[in-house]
Amino acid sequence: MKQNTVLGYDSKIEGDLVVSRLDAVINWFRKHSIWPMPMGLACCAIELMGTGASRFDISRFGMEVMRFSPRQSDVMIVAGTVTYKMALVVKRLYEQMAEPKWVIAMGACASTGGMYRSYAVLQGVDRILPVDLYVAGCPPRPEALLDALLKLQAKVSREPVVSAWKRVAEPTRA
Amino acid sequence: MSPRDLVQRLRSRFGELVSEPVEFRGELTVTLANAERIVEVCEFAKASLGFEMLLDLSSVDNLGEDPRWTLVYELYSLAQRVHLRLKTSVSEERSELPTVSGVWRTADWHEREIYDMMGIRFRGHPDLRRILMWEGYPYFPLRKDFPLAGKPTELPDVAFTQPAPLEGGPFVTRPGGKDTIEREPRVRTPED
Repeated sequence: MKQNTVLGYDSKIEGDLVVSRLDAVINWFRKHSIWPMPMGLACCAIELMGTGASRFDISRFGMEVMRFSPRQSDVMIVAGTVTYKMALVVKRLYEQMAEPKWVIAMGACASTGGMYRSYAVLQGVDRILPVDLYVAGCPPRPEALLDALLKLQAKVSREPVVSAWKRVAEPTRA
Repeated sequence: MSPRDLVQRLRSRFGELVSEPVEFRGELTVTLANAERIVEVCEFAKASLGFEMLLDLSSVDNLGEDPRWTLVYELYSLAQRVHLRLKTSVSEERSELPTVSGVWRTADWHEREIYDMMGIRFRGHPDLRRILMWEGYPYFPLRKDFPLAGKPTELPDVAFTQPAPLEGGPFVTRPGGKDTIEREPRVRTPED
């Protein structure tokens, strides 16, 4: 074999075909069009708006389509203090989102209740939702949120898809 | 008209009901002996003395003293640029006084907040509901005998609460301490 042989796709041999794993293709689709649901509850929402605006430009990663309808969103960014009054509303909105769905807890309050050790504040949104990523900060800088979104992309690209379908189709016998 | 003249007019109209003004850092406070007459005093202050604005209405919990509640009315005259603070007391057994939302409409939500946080009721209020917590929440969380961490509650499909972990707190700051260790927020028991 010559040392400079190019391995991989060769259109002369394979024609208009690319061979890949289905998981990889589906996750590639998913991770480049993650539509966030801005669950802005406090000052973190201001940084979330900054992330969406021109200086930080969230659309570089295919995530600029912020949807206020849970039925059209893929990731819920919980930005701010979750009070007990709001907690079940947040949970209900999460339940209305279509699968697959992810949750980012943005900032100290959404992650742990933050400085509010109080009768009125839920001590971390992970008490009611399955959180995928926690972003530290009070509030986090837009770069930190973008980093979280990139980490979410990495997480999405690792997720099993087809084997998960198989699990649904053939439930294991107990 | 100076604030003292306005207070004198209030006193000449209501006599012993309104106390001598107490001055602190240039601010005048008068105390009303009978909370049941708050409406007529406020009406007079607005119509005849020009206090067209109620800046704030708040409540104080003097736990262990009688009367337990103190209501504080912050009056302001835009035209004369004069502040006046009006205080009145309500006992715990009574926990009720007439509403001033008929005098200043802004009192509507202030009174709802006091009802929500302290449990003091306002007679004649047009819509006395909780404003921050939800209907059905069983406690009044700003009372001094309510724990800072909160209490567990459950109202299915509406809301729930759980006590917050305080990790030995509350963390108290001591302004004016000689070094950072003394000033910064730390767990402080009454002994230290």
